[in-house]
Amino acid sequence: MTTAALPGGRPVRWGEAGMLAAGLVSLTLLLVVFVVLPLGAILVRSLYDRNDAFVGLANFAAFLQTPALTVSVWNSVAVSALTTTIVVPLAFAYAFAITRTAMPGKGLFKALAQIPILAPSLLPAIALVYLFGNKGVLRDLMMGHSIYGPIGIVIGEVFYTFPHAVMILTVALSTADARLYEAAEALGAGRLRRFLTITLPGARYGLISAVFVVFTLVITDFGVPKVIGGSFNVLATDVYKQVVGQQNFGMGAVVGMVLLVPAVLAFVADWIGQKRQMALLSARSVPYAPRRRPAGDGLALLFCALVAGLLLGILGMAGFASLATFWPYDLTPTLANYDFAQFDSAGWSSYWNSLRLSVWTAVVGTAVVFVGAWLIERSPAARPLAAVARMAAIVPLAVPGMVLGLAYIFFFNAPWNPLGWLYHGMAILVLSTVVHFYTVSHLTAVTALKQLDREFEAVSASLKVPVWTTFLRVTVPLCLPAILDIAIYFFVNAMTTVSAVVFLYAPATKPASVAVLNMDDAGEVAGAAAMAMMIVYTSAGVRALHAVLSWVLQRRTQAWRAR
Amino acid sequence: MSPLPYLRLTGITKTYGGFTALKSVSLDVRRGEFLCFLGPSGCGKTTLLRVIAGLDPQTEGRVELDGRDVSRLPPSARDYGIVFQSYALFPNLSVHGNVAYGLKLKRDAERARVEELLAMVGLPGSGAKFPGQLSGGQQQRVALARALAPAPGLLLLDEPLSALDARVRLHLRRQIRDLHQRLGITTIMVTHDQEEALTMADRIVVMNNGVIDQVGTPDDIYRRPASRFVADFVGAMNMLPGVVAETGRVRLGGLDLECEADAVPGAAVTVCLRPEDVQVRAPAWVNRLDAVIETMEFLGPFHRARLAVEPLGEQRLTADLSANLVRDLDLGAGRRLPVSLPRERLRVFEAAGA
Ligand SMILES: Nc1ncnc2c1ncn2[C@@H]1O[C@H](COP(=O)(O)OP(=O)(O)O)[C@@H](O)[C@H]1O
Ligand SMILES: [Mg+2]
Repeated sequence: MTTAALPGGRPVRWGEAGMLAAGLVSLTLLLVVFVVLPLGAILVRSLYDRNDAFVGLANFAAFLQTPALTVSVWNSVAVSALTTTIVVPLAFAYAFAITRTAMPGKGLFKALAQIPILAPSLLPAIALVYLFGNKGVLRDLMMGHSIYGPIGIVIGEVFYTFPHAVMILTVALSTADARLYEAAEALGAGRLRRFLTITLPGARYGLISAVFVVFTLVITDFGVPKVIGGSFNVLATDVYKQVVGQQNFGMGAVVGMVLLVPAVLAFVADWIGQKRQMALLSARSVPYAPRRRPAGDGLALLFCALVAGLLLGILGMAGFASLATFWPYDLTPTLANYDFAQFDSAGWSSYWNSLRLSVWTAVVGTAVVFVGAWLIERSPAARPLAAVARMAAIVPLAVPGMVLGLAYIFFFNAPWNPLGWLYHGMAILVLSTVVHFYTVSHLTAVTALKQLDREFEAVSASLKVPVWTTFLRVTVPLCLPAILDIAIYFFVNAMTTVSAVVFLYAPATKPASVAVLNMDDAGEVAGAAAMAMMIVYTSAGVRALHAVLSWVLQRRTQAWRAR
Repeated sequence: MSPLPYLRLTGITKTYGGFTALKSVSLDVRRGEFLCFLGPSGCGKTTLLRVIAGLDPQTEGRVELDGRDVSRLPPSARDYGIVFQSYALFPNLSVHGNVAYGLKLKRDAERARVEELLAMVGLPGSGAKFPGQLSGGQQQRVALARALAPAPGLLLLDEPLSALDARVRLHLRRQIRDLHQRLGITTIMVTHDQEEALTMADRIVVMNNGVIDQVGTPDDIYRRPASRFVADFVGAMNMLPGVVAETGRVRLGGLDLECEADAVPGAAVTVCLRPEDVQVRAPAWVNRLDAVIETMEFLGPFHRARLAVEPLGEQRLTADLSANLVRDLDLGAGRRLPVSLPRERLRVFEAAGA
């Protein structure tokens, strides 16, 4: 039949296919080594006690029998459930105002909703301390209750999770088919009926997804409860105490496994929801264009202004406090709190560490994610291999940062691990951050790549042009906006993240977010606020730079974008 | 001795999981001919084209290009140019950049070659534009120029005209034909539009469900369809169900027709006749029927009439009547009309599933 010996003696050019396959294998291995194996390590570690003796499920039994820990479970669940109940309706109303009303300033409010993303989750907690703490300006509003505990945690988490819920719900609400509304109106359905029968069902997957995402973010967040939790223990702070405080790795691993449960559930729910959401919108849908309704639009504007004002207020509080000489007695503006060396021996070096971490994460992460997504989605490499890599690229989404950090300790710190040299360096921080934020970036890249004509690579092959030439000359330029988005996403998240790096930093590589934590721990709240604000300034600056770059790019490529 | 075919496909089978998209397809393509793959959507035309291109390699079978076995070679080691339905122009490169993409020439030679190609497809001087600034038909021609730039031995076109509106399509049909005649390049075009295939191709390959039903000249395909499927798919056709009464006679309802049927008596068959072959002027005495015009549809140069024939019951006969004829005989709905079904034009196929 088909033979390898060819008449004409022309060599078979397998070089290209081989290299593409090798690329896919490397990507898959990378994801296995940096996601799957560490997770395996955490599972294994949970079966050993603190003296490294195998104890089976004894740690789990101990966990269930330790009243303090089971109380934490209930505390965590209660705080997460309460936050979710508050945030999701708020975010739904906000997203509804942005997408379904004709109120002015929608773009501005959309941007303002993203403010919390620029800050580490420690920041809202610090701001709350300034507002409602023992020396807080609004202490009287607490009516004798303490902000340290569940109240503070819930308010802080609402701030921290709000933008995530708004993002999900904005997407869910913007995919509306105008014809459904026209049909309903023609059939005489009133406004409430249209809302209940079209809007809500249309956004149901978004709502489910938002509920799971918010719940998971709260239950796995460590920053807010650490700063403002007081004696109110939750699982995330327990992990930290068990591992960093008591060096009880086995028990830390057990708590980590428990934290994995809601994250995996959220992951599955989100996955199912997204598939269904796609199916809701057919190619022939007509986009919904909201009509002017003075009363409704006014109400929406008022609501959004109030919410955005609160977000700005919390951020502004931290900014203001960071500039005060001696809160709350001497409010003379000063930059003294930005002289970090007086609070923390690492001084400014942790800020520079964070900057290095962010730049490396953005560069390495963007390159790996984009080339990886291209190999998976576009390259003519072996399809079964691509299918495996595609699954591997999704897994990081199901792993909370704390669990990832723990897993890395167990995996890279293990004496048998040949990759142990990565531990204690900047590399492990960069790697963990890239992995932590891999999936969202990957999906952004995939979306951009799917918008390109399916046959670019085929055309390239027929013209005997190497596939990577086309990658560089066509694919990358066409996807530049998405590539920039990915780089910014990595940068900002690397700047603000605490959860994974708090387990992995070494004295020489301590990042700014951890410095915030340390200073707050040491009672130097002003320094902590100042460092948190440095993170905000940097993230905001980089975002502004991104906006300018995008604008320039848009103008320079106008010639070929014109359609 | 007949000359070696330029492209030879032998026993090409392509499966996707459990689904067989191509079933043991064999085909010879002559050097320099214009071949069309014609068939309904989903019959495997694109799949076969991509097998030839090496983009989706066959599961089984052999592809020989110009005497060379390329069955297992990657696309870049084969010699062809391809135009996709979407054109797949690179939007960030100018027209010049697109056309020059596969060229490995010095600057000046490249410029000259691109200009020559653009002139050839009727777009001289548009090298500096971007694809987004061109109309669909112009983009199509840029894609054609890009595919032809390295002077490939084989040109593959996958539904190149289907995304264009009717007028542009007619114009481009002629232009592609002319280009083929001028360059003499072996060309395979995929289409689901039978008119396109009939007007453009030297030979047509009619495909159905992953197999080739018939290969022949447009005239062959139209006048002598080899299967019930081809008869039904290409052109308008009366499809009348009947039973073989005896050799050479088929019974349709209450009607006996003389025709060339070699099926065994008793077999269920379909008798096929083109509407334009229904004889109205001076009908013969063989296969003569008394018909009543039920409706007439005006289609410009001719009228399409639905004829009721009493012995056929509910079954209607379609006949195309030229405008002249309609005028001369003053035909209209309700008129009685003697017609005959010419024996040599009737084609008989065993009924589907038989
Ligand atoms: N990548 C694929 N995976 C599975 N089935 C496919 C794939 N590509 C094509 N098919 C199936 O093969 C059949 C033939 O497809 P195609 O060759 O594109 O038809 P067409 O004649 O319309 O060009 C169709 O039923 C199609 O669904
Ligand atoms: Mg097709």
